[in-house]
Amino acid sequence: MSANSAAVNAISCRSADLHARPTPKLPSRRALLASTALLLVTQTAGARTLAGGTGMPWRPFAGDPPQAVEPGPWVFFTPEEGAAVEALVDRLIPPDAETAGGKDCGCAVFIDRQLAGAYGSARGLYMSPPFLQATPEQGLQAPSTPAQLYHRMLVALDAFCRATYAGNPFAQLPDGEKDRIITGMENGSLQLQGTSATPFFEILLQDTRYGFFADPVYGGNRDMAAWKMIGFPGARYDYRDWVERYNERYPHPPISIAGRNAGSPLHP
Amino acid sequence: MATKLPATEIVIIGLGWTGSIIAESMTKAGFNVVAIERGPWRDTATDFPPSYAPDELRYAVQHDLFVRPAQTTLTFRNNPNQTALPIRTWGSFLLPNGVGGAGVHWNAQTWRFLPTDFVLKTHLTQRYGAKFLPADMTIQDWGVTYDELEPHFDAFEYLCGTSGTAGNLKGQKQPFGNPFEGPRSRPYPTPAQKQPYGPVLWAEAAKEMGHSPFPQPSGNLSQAYTNPLGVTLGPCTYCGFCERFGCGNYSKASPQTTILPVLMRRTNFEARTGCEVTRIKLDNSGKRATAVTYIDTQGREWEQPAEMVFLCAFQMFNVQLLLLSGIGQPYDLNTGQGVIGRNYSYQVTSSVQAFFDNKIFNPFIASGAIGMCIDDYNGDNFDHGPYGFVGGGYMGMVQPNARPIEATPTPPGTPQWGAAWKKAVKDNYLSTILPSVHGSCYSYRDCYLDLDPTYKDRFGRPLMRLTFDFHENELKMSQFLTDRLAEIVQRMAPRQIAKLPRTGHYSIVPYQTTHTCGGAIMGTDPKTSALNRYLQSWDVHNLFVTGATNFPQNAGYNPTGTIGALTYWSLDAIHKQYLKNPGPLVHA
Ligand SMILES: Cc1cc2nc3c(=O)[nH]c(=O)nc-3n(C[C@H](O)[C@H](O)[C@H](O)COP(=O)(O)OP(=O)(O)OC[C@H]3O[C@@H](n4cnc5c(N)ncnc54)[C@H](O)[C@@H]3O)c2cc1C
Repeated sequence: MSANSAAVNAISCRSADLHARPTPKLPSRRALLASTALLLVTQTAGARTLAGGTGMPWRPFAGDPPQAVEPGPWVFFTPEEGAAVEALVDRLIPPDAETAGGKDCGCAVFIDRQLAGAYGSARGLYMSPPFLQATPEQGLQAPSTPAQLYHRMLVALDAFCRATYAGNPFAQLPDGEKDRIITGMENGSLQLQGTSATPFFEILLQDTRYGFFADPVYGGNRDMAAWKMIGFPGARYDYRDWVERYNERYPHPPISIAGRNAGSPLHP
Repeated sequence: MATKLPATEIVIIGLGWTGSIIAESMTKAGFNVVAIERGPWRDTATDFPPSYAPDELRYAVQHDLFVRPAQTTLTFRNNPNQTALPIRTWGSFLLPNGVGGAGVHWNAQTWRFLPTDFVLKTHLTQRYGAKFLPADMTIQDWGVTYDELEPHFDAFEYLCGTSGTAGNLKGQKQPFGNPFEGPRSRPYPTPAQKQPYGPVLWAEAAKEMGHSPFPQPSGNLSQAYTNPLGVTLGPCTYCGFCERFGCGNYSKASPQTTILPVLMRRTNFEARTGCEVTRIKLDNSGKRATAVTYIDTQGREWEQPAEMVFLCAFQMFNVQLLLLSGIGQPYDLNTGQGVIGRNYSYQVTSSVQAFFDNKIFNPFIASGAIGMCIDDYNGDNFDHGPYGFVGGGYMGMVQPNARPIEATPTPPGTPQWGAAWKKAVKDNYLSTILPSVHGSCYSYRDCYLDLDPTYKDRFGRPLMRLTFDFHENELKMSQFLTDRLAEIVQRMAPRQIAKLPRTGHYSIVPYQTTHTCGGAIMGTDPKTSALNRYLQSWDVHNLFVTGATNFPQNAGYNPTGTIGALTYWSLDAIHKQYLKNPGPLVHA
């Protein structure tokens, strides 16, 4: 789990997080306290007093690795929304002869899980009002969370498609029509339920790219397809033998933080 | 109501780079030290092990190590006529949280400012005349010289084990080093890092054009190194996950890899994490700090009395705590009077993208501070007379990473999506470089920090308000420097280049650097500086303030080498003078 998903007050305190989470591997809180009693003069939710004298404080299982996205049904999207997003990401990053497209790379799964988590609810961001008109230099001042934006715009997109294309949802349209709609969202010519679809296009494109290029542990970049396409070796972490080999293609396949063969929840 | 705790001798606010240096020095001298840090404890093995440290989404994109805007942020506007609005998600800079501070997730590009940078106003006025400077520019001399700081630059570099090639040893120019640097008393502690293909080709081109390329000084070490405290760092593996990440190899200099293992063995040291300082309390005279108050993560308020307070909370939060504690006169834009919040400055970065055919750069083989640079256009190393601006910067082929979310460049004109985008990403990833300029940013009357009238943090305290824009002098400089960089890049015979100088208004949205500076600057006159030349508050003699907060304006380098040197310089005066006779070290 990334610290993003912890409540704001607990964000700064890994230890509170640790205690809140029922992980069987962990020793009991009492055992934990006893074993580190010398170090921890007070141990409250998050705030810690670390007295010097015994060296670097250390507790077993204090690490916070990411939680791998599990395959399975949509968590955030409805099945119809999921189908629309798969169709969208597959036009933003279309499949070609060598590399899968956005859909088969898991970009929609990635977005689904992100929207269900901290990202979707803008957790950790400053969301206090007032939300005022901003200059472009002042950055986004939107009161709605990414999850709200996606839901609203996917509903609007669906209504638009069914009204315009004889009851067909976005996913059922021919590629040319899909691209025409996406282009309209991109350049602002397409209004969806009275609002510009451009902010939605921008966030969708950004999230699709994140899903394509992020470590497969988050559900996208399946089989490390994006990394193989560009020649990025992922989490190899040691290139001492290669730093001075010039103009030569690095020969080793990528690896993920979830392991060598990670990132294929649908193709185990 | 705050619960009062037993008194201690020294309180340090923020256990980052400078807080750790001070804690080590003061505990070694035998004092009881309590460091209060708002973020969590962090260490290599538990918080950024190699097994999951290289996670671009979590650390670089979703900002896992930084302070959350919901916890604290600031408001921003380009000029005083606008309404400042909150930074809701980080962009232009990324503010720290947790033990080690920004020292955990910095690049470790470890520079010394030029000798002339410290006497900037005097130097430029003498060389070009006062009229050459824009009327609203508020640059100042620092009150300390390069020669005075040299032993302390040396101390910081030997703490870190900095890898580099000296260009000037005791006044003797050295081949392959930076000929413009100030004299150093001894070589870098470790040799420069190895250089990948892109920097090597760029350096050849720069050399052919008569420049003097040298390796960027790096706190990611070329080899194992044991520092004077006895702490050992390992060699860098060029993984390319440095800035925004913790290093899993113990090869990036940070408080964790250079100081904390020693500090945590001292019985006269205590760290309190998850505790945010809200105020520095003064006695009735207003001239002595008596305690700090802080709130822990359960929302309980505590008061920690102390004899001496060090404010080491990073530039932005130092200024905030001074304003909220009523220490020093706040800067008033209308009168130009007051010092807290005055002379905020930043960094003017730019770059040139170059796309090649038939070149494989393997740009992912990188360290946070790798590359070849020139200093020919930094500071006042060239005659500004013909150009009508002041300032400069280092430039070079410095490529700290090619992580795919952030670094999959496509040539100008490529669509943002679809088959053409995908093909362009594939074709250009390995064969594109992004040489860059790290330009100075001087200070101005209308660039400052104060408290926002509307927006509050989670404790109901006003957020900081940043009023800042690039001025014509800096935009001219950026154009000039980016053009010079492009000339060198062109000589490498790329297929296509894209020049990306800074233009228009400063934007809070795209990341530029976390080199925010000023707001409580050092100097020789309490009317124009918050701190004296030893970083001691003019108003409250037992309060010392460290960090880029001290800079009267920013030079064309990353700040931390100079921040470290100033911290050691201040400690030197504290040990030799202040502790013997506590009181103002300089009489105004
Ligand atoms: C991504 C990134 C890359 C960088 N790269 C470079 C580089 O290559 N070269 C370079 O020279 N510099 C670089 N820097 C800047 C460098 O990290 C800082 O200059 C340096 O860490 C400053 O040291 P400091 O002690 O002033 O602050 P920090 O090291 O940041 O420590 C400040 C500490 O104070 C704590 N704190 C803040 N407010 C409070 C409060 N109210 N109560 C309690 N604690 C508080 C913070 O949580 C933090 O731990 C980079 C910064 C970032 C973010």
